[in-house]
Amino acid sequence: MSTATAAATADTHHDVHDTNTGISNTKLAMWLFLATECLLFGGLISTYLLYKTRGNGAVLPTDVFDIPFTSASSFVLLMSSLTMVLALSAVGRGEMDRGKAWLLVTSMLGGIFIGGQVYEFTSFYREGLGYTTNPASSAFYTLTGFHGVHVSLGIVMLMSLFVAVVQGKLTSKNAETVEIVGLYWHFVDIVWIFIFTVIYLIPAE
Amino acid sequence: MAIIEQPLALGGGAAVAERPLGVMTRPQGGNGWRDWLSSVDHKKIGIMYGVAAMFFFLVGGIEALLIRTQLAFPEQGLLSAQVYNQIYTMHGVTMVFLFIMPLAAAFANYLIPLQIGARDVAFPRLNALSFWIWISGAVFVNSSWIVGGGGADCGWFCYSPNSGVTFSPTHGVDFYALGLLIAGIASLVSAINLIVTVLNMRAPGMSLFRMPVMTWMLLVTQFLLAFALPVITVALFLLLFDRLFDSQFFDPQAGADPLLWQHLFWIFGHPEVYIIILPSFGVVSEVIPTFSRKPIFGYSFMVFSAIAIGFMGWGVWAHHMFVSGIGPISVAAFSMSTMFIAVPTGVKILNWLATMWGGKLRFTTAMLFAVATVAMFTIGGLSGVTHSLAPADTQQTDTYYIVAHFHYVIFGGGVLGLMGGAYFWWPKIFGYMLNERRGKIHFWVMLIGFNLTFGPMHVLGLQGMSRRIDTYSAGYGFEFWNLVSTIGSFTIAVAVAWFLYNVFKSRREAVDLPPPGPDPWDARSLEWSIPSPTPEHNFDEIPTIQSVDDWWYRKYSVDDDHQVTAIATIEEVAQKGDAVGVHLPAPSFWPLVVAVGLPLIGYGLIFNLWLCVVGGMLTAGALFAWALEPVDDPDAAHGHDDSHSDDHDGNDNNGEA
Amino acid sequence: MSETAVETGVAADTHAHPSDWEYVKIALVLGLITAVEVSTYFESVLNWGRALVPSLMVMMVVKFWLVARMFMHLKSEGKAASRLFVAGLFLATGVYIIALNAFQFWG
Repeated sequence: MSTATAAATADTHHDVHDTNTGISNTKLAMWLFLATECLLFGGLISTYLLYKTRGNGAVLPTDVFDIPFTSASSFVLLMSSLTMVLALSAVGRGEMDRGKAWLLVTSMLGGIFIGGQVYEFTSFYREGLGYTTNPASSAFYTLTGFHGVHVSLGIVMLMSLFVAVVQGKLTSKNAETVEIVGLYWHFVDIVWIFIFTVIYLIPAE
Repeated sequence: MAIIEQPLALGGGAAVAERPLGVMTRPQGGNGWRDWLSSVDHKKIGIMYGVAAMFFFLVGGIEALLIRTQLAFPEQGLLSAQVYNQIYTMHGVTMVFLFIMPLAAAFANYLIPLQIGARDVAFPRLNALSFWIWISGAVFVNSSWIVGGGGADCGWFCYSPNSGVTFSPTHGVDFYALGLLIAGIASLVSAINLIVTVLNMRAPGMSLFRMPVMTWMLLVTQFLLAFALPVITVALFLLLFDRLFDSQFFDPQAGADPLLWQHLFWIFGHPEVYIIILPSFGVVSEVIPTFSRKPIFGYSFMVFSAIAIGFMGWGVWAHHMFVSGIGPISVAAFSMSTMFIAVPTGVKILNWLATMWGGKLRFTTAMLFAVATVAMFTIGGLSGVTHSLAPADTQQTDTYYIVAHFHYVIFGGGVLGLMGGAYFWWPKIFGYMLNERRGKIHFWVMLIGFNLTFGPMHVLGLQGMSRRIDTYSAGYGFEFWNLVSTIGSFTIAVAVAWFLYNVFKSRREAVDLPPPGPDPWDARSLEWSIPSPTPEHNFDEIPTIQSVDDWWYRKYSVDDDHQVTAIATIEEVAQKGDAVGVHLPAPSFWPLVVAVGLPLIGYGLIFNLWLCVVGGMLTAGALFAWALEPVDDPDAAHGHDDSHSDDHDGNDNNGEA
Repeated sequence: MSETAVETGVAADTHAHPSDWEYVKIALVLGLITAVEVSTYFESVLNWGRALVPSLMVMMVVKFWLVARMFMHLKSEGKAASRLFVAGLFLATGVYIIALNAFQFWG
């Protein structure tokens, strides 16, 4: 089937050689979606930056940060990007057992990250930083909360992929699906790279 | 996440396979109410957007008439101040989010695949999802009248701290925030869908610079939507969390800054007005060349100016905040950027006029609306230029002068343009023409009513009449023009009623009239090369494109002296619409089910958290069911590539068997 | 037919894909940069003075770029994906920096 007639079909197939850009519809959609997410997280980050010193006489997030702990969970999330890309690599080669394992590890690392966040937030709360304490705390928890929800949805998608591999529905032929979930996962990691530096590491004035 | 769209074999006798296992069969295509509910066809979805938008036009129109009735005379008590605030807020919310944006979406959904030579959009089920989510958000927002203790009362822009629980204790603002969040998801998903469609699914030979200007305008609009909606999403979440969970984003007493809302809202809000107007500019850019029998003047300039507007529109938002205390440097910077953005729009206006110059003009109803759009938008644009001068705006802001400006651009520019589009594309969509004589009456009554309503507002504003006031005292000299304005508003109502009459009467008369055929206007773009109404499969064969206005050049040759000679009749070169065995995406009920869960979550957040659980489970469950939806073609169960090779037996490749 | 599809897909990929070991190396570099970033928290390690914030920014950008380019394969993806993502990124950065300026954030 020549590429001309392939392109002429112009129906809902995602085949790479059918599309004008050479990227499948689904992958292009994911890149675009991630671009829009920059606007979302940018707004939340800006809100925090604006409010980070507004404590209304109470505790500020910068007062209660535990940098060593957060560094550890940041490292965990960063490594999950590695395991994600190893999962994709394995699935692409048809090594489905390896792929399953790496998908599971990625989900678990994500779960550890979320667990770390939950632990962090509960200890912050005990130290007087509640959600409604002041503008700084509301902004902090909303930003990190949105990020955490994104990570959690990512874990759901990763586990769905895992199940799909187990059921034999996901093979090396649709490795692109793993790639697309991977894009989302890496983006969520990138957002955390940004948050960790800008919110945690840059010292309070 | 492998959403594998599997085609449904159409054509005589092709039976739908038994469901292999699982819960629901994919429904079949048709025309009953279940087929509309499960349709993933961009044309049906476009029609549903259009019909729903017109319904909300009437809702917003009634709200407008209530406003104008109240303001017809000084010191009237028809509406209490509290109710008045709700009415003008909901008028704005309804007209912007539930009328003009979905009406533009109707055109975008219907026309984009046709204009680029595709059979549907990139993600047909996602397209259906967008519609059902939007309409559930629309119903949700309006349900605040019934279950929310009234509509939102904070103005469509809902400034804080007025929007907090202290000053807006009823649930109206909660419905506003949640409803717009829900509707925003719809538009964002739709924007991604349409952008991928245009970037990836153009017919062979259809480079980006051979697309119709309409498609370009709609493409820029989708980019603006995609990038602007997340910003208002942030703002609405912050507002919602303040109201529901007592967070401290907008409470000045806690040290928060109410201006945060204004910035976030207007960073969205200014691109939003370009989202509103660009589709209308697209319509005008198709209608004027068609009825001038000339190509659009300066095609590249039209495209580049649209892109320029798309970029520059991000740098002007604080001109809505000149008196909010942002400081002289910000004011000066935004004042300058606002002046600059008039330039690309001016380019378009000149290009439309230049298109008409020397053309063989035919003043059909569509053309009348298009020309009026240009004229009315120019007036609104000029008042906009006066606003860009910050010192002048300091007097104008929060007066009726601003109300005049934005109604001239949104109504005079946006609405009139889309109405022209309705007349233009009506035969393509519905298979019959709207009566021209009645259409012209519609046009003139509308134009006169529109100018009577909003023209005087320039005067009232400069005389000092405030915006957003439920009444005004006698003796300020506001009486006369307010009365004129009210008379104008009822004239608009008459025009709208007349339009609806035209729709139904023309349909009845169509039985006795010859069908319009593929190309009743002798137009230029691809959608006119196929039968009217559009066949379900769009094109018998996907054409190969050789230039801009390819369809025109199949009918005519144009020599170097711009002499146009017919080389083929429409009947000879139009597609017949009789292809069989074309594979189309299968319908699905799951988008509808996913959508229904969202307002339930909304009601739950306001009234009872258990509803959130129900709504959440419904949405999440339906999403999984969607992903796992059994396909009709059992052979395709093996996987994407196998089905790909299987399905091409009966395919339509350029007429091959 | 379908073979060509898979072939072109996989062929295009294997040219551009780093190997598993290369991924691990990139991850080690990322870990190293993170360690340096975290060390800035402990003043005893090194006194960054006024170079602190710019250095953190640079390190952040490098990590960002490594993940986007190598893990997300932005390099081999084709122009459309890059342009879309970069557009969103630059727009967000630009718009929010202007907004923070309007709040005199750096004033």
